Parts: sequence; C-alpha cells; structure tokens
Amino acid sequence: MSTQAEPSSFEFDAEAEALVVAAIAHYPAGKQASAVMPLLDIAQRQMARLTGSAWVPTAAMDAIAKRLGMAPVRVYEVATFYLMYNTKPVGKYHLQVCTTTPCWLRGSDEIVSACKKTAGISEFGETSADGLFTMTEVECLGACVNAPILQINDDYYEDLDSTRTEALLADLKAGGALPPAGSRNGRSGSVPATGLTALLPTTEPAE
Amino acid sequence: MAKVTVDGIEVEVANGSSVLQACEAAGKEIPRFCYHERLSIAGNCRMCLVEVEKMPKPVASCGQPVGDGMVIKTDTEMVRKARRGVMEFLLINHPLDCPICDQGGECDLQDEAVGYGRGYSRYDENKRSVGASDWGPLVKTTMTRCIHCTRCIRFSTEVAGVPELGATARGESMQVGTYVEKALSSELSGNLVDLCPVGALTSKPYAYTARSWELRKTDSVDVFDAVGASIRVDARGAEVLRILPRVNDAVNEEWLGDKSRFAVDGLKRRRLDRPWIRENGKLRAASWEEAFAVIADRMKNLPGDRIGAVAGDQCDAESMLALKDMMSALGSANIDCRQDGAALDASRREFYLFNTTIAGIEEADALLIVGSNPRREAPVLNARIRKRWMTGQMPVAVIGEQADLTYGFEYLGAGPESLRALGSFTDKLQAAKKPMIIVGQGALRRDDGAAVLAAAWSLAVQFDMLNADWHGFNVLHTAAARVGALDLGFVPGPAGKNIAGMMAGGVDVLWLLAADEFETAKIGAETFVIYQGHHGDAGAARADVILPGAAYTEKPGTYVNTEGRAQLGFMAVSPPGDAREDWRILRAVSAYIGHALPYDNFAELQARLVKLNPIFGELGEVRRLAGTNVEGPASRAPMGSAPFVNAVHNYYQTDPISRVSPTMAACVAAHYGVQAEAAE
Amino acid sequence: MLHDKDRIYQNLYGLQDWKLAGAKARGDWDGITEILARGRDAIIEEVKTSGMRGRGGAGFPTGMKWSFMPKQSDGRPSYLVVNADESEPGTCKDRDIIRNEPHKLVEGCLIAGFAMGANTGYIYIRGEYYNEAVRLNAAIAEAYEAGLLGKNAAGSGFDFDLHVHRGAGAYICGEESALLESLEGKKGMPRMKPPFPAAMGVYGCPTTVNNVETIAGIPTILRRGAPWFAALGRPKNSGTKIFCISGHVNNPCNVEEELGVPLKDLIEKHAGGVRGGWDNLQAVIPGGASMPILGKETCDTILMDFDSLKDVRSGLGSGAVIVMDKSADVIKAIWRLSKFFKHESCGQCTPCREGTGWMMRMMQRMVDGTAELSEIDLLETVTRQIEGHTICAFGDAAAWPIQGLLRAFRPLVEQRILDYQKRNATPMAAE
Repeated sequence: MSTQAEPSSFEFDAEAEALVVAAIAHYPAGKQASAVMPLLDIAQRQMARLTGSAWVPTAAMDAIAKRLGMAPVRVYEVATFYLMYNTKPVGKYHLQVCTTTPCWLRGSDEIVSACKKTAGISEFGETSADGLFTMTEVECLGACVNAPILQINDDYYEDLDSTRTEALLADLKAGGALPPAGSRNGRSGSVPATGLTALLPTTEPAE
Repeated sequence: MAKVTVDGIEVEVANGSSVLQACEAAGKEIPRFCYHERLSIAGNCRMCLVEVEKMPKPVASCGQPVGDGMVIKTDTEMVRKARRGVMEFLLINHPLDCPICDQGGECDLQDEAVGYGRGYSRYDENKRSVGASDWGPLVKTTMTRCIHCTRCIRFSTEVAGVPELGATARGESMQVGTYVEKALSSELSGNLVDLCPVGALTSKPYAYTARSWELRKTDSVDVFDAVGASIRVDARGAEVLRILPRVNDAVNEEWLGDKSRFAVDGLKRRRLDRPWIRENGKLRAASWEEAFAVIADRMKNLPGDRIGAVAGDQCDAESMLALKDMMSALGSANIDCRQDGAALDASRREFYLFNTTIAGIEEADALLIVGSNPRREAPVLNARIRKRWMTGQMPVAVIGEQADLTYGFEYLGAGPESLRALGSFTDKLQAAKKPMIIVGQGALRRDDGAAVLAAAWSLAVQFDMLNADWHGFNVLHTAAARVGALDLGFVPGPAGKNIAGMMAGGVDVLWLLAADEFETAKIGAETFVIYQGHHGDAGAARADVILPGAAYTEKPGTYVNTEGRAQLGFMAVSPPGDAREDWRILRAVSAYIGHALPYDNFAELQARLVKLNPIFGELGEVRRLAGTNVEGPASRAPMGSAPFVNAVHNYYQTDPISRVSPTMAACVAAHYGVQAEAAE
Repeated sequence: MLHDKDRIYQNLYGLQDWKLAGAKARGDWDGITEILARGRDAIIEEVKTSGMRGRGGAGFPTGMKWSFMPKQSDGRPSYLVVNADESEPGTCKDRDIIRNEPHKLVEGCLIAGFAMGANTGYIYIRGEYYNEAVRLNAAIAEAYEAGLLGKNAAGSGFDFDLHVHRGAGAYICGEESALLESLEGKKGMPRMKPPFPAAMGVYGCPTTVNNVETIAGIPTILRRGAPWFAALGRPKNSGTKIFCISGHVNNPCNVEEELGVPLKDLIEKHAGGVRGGWDNLQAVIPGGASMPILGKETCDTILMDFDSLKDVRSGLGSGAVIVMDKSADVIKAIWRLSKFFKHESCGQCTPCREGTGWMMRMMQRMVDGTAELSEIDLLETVTRQIEGHTICAFGDAAAWPIQGLLRAFRPLVEQRILDYQKRNATPMAAE
C-alpha cells in the first residue's frame, strides 16, 4: 500500500459524496471554497477505506478543485500547507509521535524508539516494509497533561511509556484492532493520576 | 485628503492611501520587494518598514493606511536596523551566484543590499537549495534564488487570470511553483520575469546572452498586435537581444504579451538581406540596380489601372504613405490594406476605432464581445478587460467562439443570429450607463462583414452606447498597421480595386509591402509580384522581384493602434545586409521610374503624413470621440448565419517574424500540441 | 484557592454525562431564553463588568471586543468564530471543555452570537481533535434537536446556526486572521491589520474570534452575575482559568483555579508537586511555548495571572504550565520549541520564514555546546530582528522562548560551550 502510485483519476464514491454535499452545505452560497479542507479530509478517508492508505493523490485535489470551482493550484497549496493531508501514501497505521517539549520532558524519545523497534522503521517519514506502519514526527497534539502521546490514525494514546507502546504496536502487528483511545495507564482524562484534587464527589454541585 | 508628515515634509494624500504612497509623495524612496503598484498588497517581505510616531513597532508601509496627522519617519535608527535585519534574512538563504545570474545589474536585491546589506555574512549554516522546475519555454526558474515575495503568484492570479502558480508547503520549506510540472499557459507570462525582484525568474531564451549594462536601449512601439504597447528594444551591436515593456498607463500599463517580448529571435532568421529577381522560375540574388531595372521595365507603358499595391500588417505609416503616393503618381487607385478582406469601413474614423479606448474599459459597466478572443488577439488589452471585470462592475457576454478569456462571461451564441437576440444580457445592457461592444476581425472578415458591422453599430445605438459622454463602439484590430493605413487612406480610391479584385487578375503588377497574411498563391498567375519586406515568408515566395526592407526594430516609423493612438518607434539597429528602410526603397524606386516622391528625408515624409491627416502629429495621444453621430456604416446585404470564427487561433505565430521564431515554435509545441507545430 | 462551587467546569474531567441531559442537570441552558431576553447591550455590559479577558493567550477584554461589532448591519452578515485550534505547546484545556462540557461552549456561542448580532457561528477545531469534533458535532445536533439552535433558537426569536470546521495540522491557524483565512479555504497565512476582523473578518464580513474557554465561560457568568466572576482573582485579572500542568510534576493534570493563584500552590496542590520536591525545580514555562521561561526563584513567589506574569517579562498565555526539574536540559527544551516554531512558521514574512530556521540551528549548537561564545549574542540579535518585524505575533512567539532562556539561563548556555571546548581542546590549541 505504501507503494501506491498516483491514480490517474479520482471520484468521490457514494459514501463520500453524501459527506461532500453535507460539508459544502455548512458554508454560505458562493463561499464553497471553504469546503476545501473538509473535502480533502473526505478524499483522504475514502482512500483509506478503499486502498488501506490514507492519502490525497493529486487527482483527488484536481477533482476537489473542479467541484469547488477553484484553481487546482489553490488546492495544492492547501493540501501541502496543512500537515494532516498526506500527499504520499502512508501505512495502515499512521503513527504520529509528538516530540514537542511537554511530551519530550515526559519521555517521548522512548516512544520514538519503541515505535522504531516494534514497527521496524528507522527514520521519521518511513513506512515499514509490511506497509502496516508509517511513522511521522508531529508537533504538540494538545494533550500535554497526558504526555507522552502517540496518535494512531484518529486516536490519541496517552500516558505512554516504552513498554505500553511496544505492546500496543505488537498487538496491531499481530492483527489486533485499534484499542479504545485514551490513557494507557488507567486514569480518566486529565484527572491527576493519584486522584481528584478538585471537583471532589462530596462537593455540592454548582448552583 | 489626509495630511501627513514624512521626515518633516508635509504632504497631502488621498484617504486610504498607504504610508508607502505618502512617502513617495514626499519624495522618499522606500525599498520593497513584495509590493508592486499593480498587484494586491502582500506585506510579506518586510523591507518597507518605516517608523510611525505613536506606534511601538516598525510599520510595513505598503499595507498601512495613512491617518490624518500621521508622523512618518523613513530614516531613523529603528528603520535602518529593521531593514538591515530583513536584508540579512533575505540573504542568508540566497545563493551567492550573482556573477552568473542573468538578473545581475537589474536586481532589486542586489541594489538594496548596497544600502542595507553587511559586508560579511554572520550565517554559518548550510544554505537552502531548491530543485529545478520547468515552467515552459519562456520563463527560466532558479528557485533557489526565490525570496518568496509572491509577486509572480499574484500576477498570474490577479492580472493574467491564469492561476497556475502558488506557494506550496510552508515555512522555510515553502516553494513557489506549479506543484504539478507544467508550462505556464498565460500569454502574459513573460511579465513574471520583469516582476521577479531577483533572479529566480529570468528569460529562458535570453539566458546567459548579455549583461544588462552592455545593452543599447531604444524606445519603440510593439507591432505584434494592434494594441501598440510601449516597448524598449535592447540591442548589442547589430542584434536585438530582448524586448521589454515600458510603462504606459493609457495602453499597456507595464505589461507585454509573450509574442511581443519573445518573438525577437525571429528577427535573425530567414531575413531578406539582398534583392532577388525571379528568372526562369527561380529566384536569384541581384543588385538594387538590377532589381529596379526589372521593375521599371515591367511597369513601362503600363496604365496605372493595371498596377496595384497591398500593405501588410506590421507596416509603419510612413512606408505606406510613400507607397500610396507612388501609386497615385503612377495613376493607380488600386490600393488596399485589408489583407483579410475585413469589411472595415474607412468612411468615418469611429467605424473602425476602439473608441472607448483601452483605459476607458475601466469605466465601462457592461461589455459585449462579438467575434473576438481578446486574450489571443490582444492579451494586454484583455488584461484590462479582466481588471475591470474583477471589480464586479462589468458583466461580459460573448457571441462567437467560446474560450477561456480569463474572466467569466455569459455566452449568447455562435453567430449573427445572437446579435438579434441577446437574451438575458439585454437587461444588463439596458441597465448599464457605459456599455461597450467589441467587434473582432472574426466578425468582419467574412462575406457579410459589412452587415455585421452595421448590426453591431445598431446595437450600440439601441443601447445608448453612443452619446456625448461615452463612445461604446469598438473595433478590435489584430494588425498593428491597420488603423494607420485606414487613417492615411490605404484603401481603394474611386474605381480602384480592392485586394480580391487585384488578386483575381485585376492588375498586372502587384506591389506587396510586407503583405504575407493572405493566400499569395492565389494571385493571378500572370501578375508580376514585387515583394518589399523583411522576411522570406508567403509574399516573398510568390514574388518576381524581392526588395529587402526593414523590420520594425530597424526603422523609425509611426504606428496607430486600435484606439487610434499614433505612436512613434525609433530605429534600434540597422537592417541586415543590403536591406534598407522601406520609405527609402520606395523613394529610390520612384525616382528610378520617373515619379520621384517629393520628400528627401524622414522628417519631410512625416510632415507630409501630418498634413494628410493631423492625427499622425498627435503622437501618444488619442482623441476620445463623442458618440454624437449615430448614423451607422452602410450595408446592403443581410447577415448570414455562419458562426463567427476568430481571427487568431495560434497566438504565437501570426506574422513573418513570429513564424520563424524558434521560441514561438517551442510555445506552440508546449501549448497547442504537436499538431499545430506540424501545421507550421 | 478556588472552591468547587465556584468552578465553572463541573464536568472538566468527564466523570459525568457530557450530553444535553447531563449538561442541563449541571445547570447549562437554564433560563437561556430569559438571558437572551435581557438584550444585546445588557449582555455585553454584563460581560464587560465581569472583567472577562480572552482565555486564548492575549487576554483582551471580551466585552470590549464584542462591542466593536457593528450595531446595525450594513447588509453584510456578522459572524462569531470560536478558536478551538488549541495548539500552543503545553495547552490542552479546550480539549476538556469540548469533550466534557460541549454544551457550555454551544450555549456560549448562542449567547455571544446573539450579543454581537451574528446569526452564524463557526467553531474552528484543530484537525487532530477528531474524536473531540465528533462529540462537539453530537452536542450541536442535540441542541438543534432541542430547539436551542437554528431558527428561533431557544425561543428567543433569534436565529442562530453553528458549524464545526476542522483544521488539518497548522499551529498558525490559532492566530485569528490565519484562522479566518483557513476557514475561507486558504492556507493559514495571517492577514495584515488593519482591517481588523470586527470590520472585515471571514468572507469580508464583521467577525469576532473568541477562544473556547472564553465563550464557554459566558453562560455561567450571565447566570451567576458579573460581580461573582469579578470577585474571583485579582483586579483586572478576574475569574477562573483552567491551568494545564505538564512536565516534571508528579501528577500532570488540568485544573480550574482562580486567576492569581500562586504557581507553587497550583503545582503542589493539584499536580502532586514537582518531581523530587519543590527544591528540585529548575524552571517553569508559565503560559505555553511562547511565554519566556522562569527560573526557580521567580517561581517561588509568582502569581498566575496576566499582569503578574507580564511584570516578570513573561505571560499567562494560555495557562499552560510546563514544569522542568533539575534533571531537565532546559537548553534542549527550548531548542525543541525553536524546532516547533520553525516547523509551524507559515513562511509568509521574511524574518520569520528565514529566522526561525536560523535560530533553531544555532540553538542546536547551544544544546551540543559546539557554538562559539560570541554566537550567544548573535542568537539574541537574531531574535530581536524577528520580534516585532512580522505581520503576526508568531515571530514574537518564536523569539521569546530564546530570549527568556538567555535571560534566565545564560550562564548555563555559556558553561555548555566552555565544557565542550575543554573536552575537545587540541594540543595545538593548548599551546
């Protein structure tokens, strides 16, 4: 799947088309260019659904340009400006490791090593030989009190360490499905790990 | 008006002006890279920073509107420091390849570095480099030199209306380009070379040809269409190396079409540089004396009625007048300039002019285009239409061929029937205060051309396009020589034959003055053809005698553009070999055959021209006519039903010069595919 | 310290039902019709009186911002845009509001939209918050279903539509004009100001952009009254704030506290203290990545609000507290932020496009010790050449962390270089 070539054409399928129509409807008449971001996302998800790789080929950008009455180059600009649009094929599981300071302070280096080791990847941007994993270095994911974070496709896996990361990926490699998103150390959301310090259960609710 | 102080100088500028404009009004030069008067404001280069009292940070003067009472300082330590900082950032990743950069000597970055650069670099890292990308035959890219000012992106999006350029990725990885490799498809792409403040975009055909300071610069007028763009001809020795636009707000602003700029390499190829005589069916080189002798011999005892002349599309008015004067001296009224047989009515000037004027387009509030593709026939004028259309105040409709004109339009139909039924556009024309109609040569060069012209005029009357304040009737010409020819009366006199009549055996001797745009092979077999011109094209191929003339860069001459604006071009280089300025050739022939023309120098010929028609003396000016006389051109026959076919389909090859230009051939291959190339 | 009863976000941790029923049980949407019936001017006045300052980072007074919107339309519609592009490193508060208290945000949008005469609102949420966007959309659907949005929203006679627009991975879209560009379907490149969004925002129409936490706090303020909110915190720094405490603390967490809470209390009470104890503290970045770092001495006494932090040449920013104990390589921590800013620069302005990369590369040598001592001043100069010279404040944000490092830790940076030189001194050099 990582070896997919640029398709010569792209069309939204029925499932995607319904989303396209709904997305365009969110914006005022004549301002349909606003829908370029949702449409790129829909195209990328369609590619994931149909080919196993979430990416946006140039043909899809051209189709979006046509659909929205934009110059294709305006779509290319948008698709390359935002990090989440993959202009090249990626593996089935897109490992997006946050290494920005808050995650780094909590051991993101370990997570990177664990990903490399388990997925069989040597550098950021690489796809594993089995096509299962692509590892990307990402900037702050905005879940810093649950650092370090690994985002796989749409889901955040939080409070990771080397062991938990390796286990998580090993399971995927063995054919397991993605587990529910969230903390991997058992805590709920952004609650302090040793228990609440505010909003204690005994407190009367606000008036 | 807002009153502001710039470095102690008080100036008044219009409300809404930028601080930069205020500084210029005060005579203060503000360095800039991204800012350009004719493009939207980007504010990204940060070079134009100035200090404004009560503002804590330096202000980008290009984007900051003036406020009444503003106190602006352009030369303080804060300003100098800020600009030096910006300059340093621009240079850290800019290559040090000035010695081999074609922008050298006319590089904004180089120039500003003199003022704001430091003598050494504090940057110790590796410089960024960017891979090569191919934008087609005209614009050479060296994107490592790009400073990301985005002028090229804004030009192609806003002015050219062919949005193919963008900045992809972001931050220091941002790259200006097409993303998907392709040749730029705008007819105005050469302007990117002028706009680029550095050497990122340079002229591909001109690459490594010369350094700017070696060039001799001559002002002239473009002849590749009927717009009459102001140009500068840059030459070294006997060779024209490049053509650049000059600023002329009334005509081309500061733009130039790609053919006008890049067909220049056609000036060196297939040139007629000596006289030729046909003997036994074959042309042989000859001397001027021999050629004149053959002509004199052929004309001896021939009644004037059996002699005719056709003037070509790129002729200067002086040569045409000399030819006309010689023909009348010979007793001939058989002269014509309408090679394509267009039904141009020379009886009143407003019947054949672009009366609204090019700048006037910016006042129009509705436009109907008939039988024309202005993008290919006059790209610079088309940019003016687009400029107006972009304001949202001028709806456009088209009758004729459908094409991408770079602006939106309502398509009314393919042929004359649509002139009678304008459909929904009727309301827009009715509502408009300054509606205009453009009639292209495609609508006139047909059997019912006169009827179409009359019908178009009637529409103009019907929708009140003609009144004391406004003239909305426009003929868009494609030939640079045409209006001048009509203005000096290069049309058949009483009982004179037109081009069709002359071709059909109506004359025994036919004088072609650089006339190549008609089917010369169909000239009657018995007709003796004299071709006077500069390139071995269609006319020369049919000629019995060839007299080598001068191309437009090789002679002074007056050209009247489609608006009726007379403009003077100057001689940049000498004609090659034995070739001579055309009026001199005619003067010499006339003497040889005993009808010496009454002028011995160019000034005397010009004086004669002005005497004939004073408009030739109003150089650079245009008389904006009032549409007070609503009586239309005469038409006997009704309109037909055939769809209009535009005059220009292959923009890049329309004349003897562009047809032999390797650069234009490359453009044809890049844009129209192999077929068109093969056809040529 | 803040009492639980004064916390706006009773379900900050998502331990209760986030849906409409749960939200209503917590008091959300209560009396919304009456609140709107007070009228635009009264609502804006109340918000002004409350002293609410924008929670996104700049701290601009919210009521005043709303009052910039046209009272009468000139034919153009007005828009409310909510900035949920939470991307400032260290910050993850809006995420909790969106996933656990989405109805506070939705209700806040209706009130804000009403107050500024905007019939349409867009919530621009960062693309990575996919699951959060799903939940937000569900909450909006519930609100429509219950008649709280759409035509005659909540029976107010006012029509209000609310849409979610997902970003796609660009920190710069948190800058309000870049966000508007992005919402229009372009690259997120900040616009020059003027014109300001209130005059010409999205689609060329009057627009106000507010942070999630700002908007979500509004319903409670209107219910409990401006005096309640104004009484919390300190003068001109009133109300509550969600703090995100990350890094080298025992229990990283989010918590809603009173503005002006001492940093030390915040960390010790809620985050389980600094790893190894308070004395093991080395430094704190108090307000998200762009805010200059503070050494321990400052941290000992500093109060967490807009003005106190400004006084020590840092800032409250988004309320993200990044803690570093003595084991942390602070130079490397700041280098990583430089890398972040280099990665996230939109590339529009020369100083930022070229300068962020240069700074990052010099910082890399500061981390390794391979820089020359003289380069420290060069680095400082370069930050000054960027700061204040760009269209938006990103250039400043990229410059400040380094300035803060050099201010608080210059000896450390110098020592790193000297140590490296000592280790690598050649016999030649020793001569």
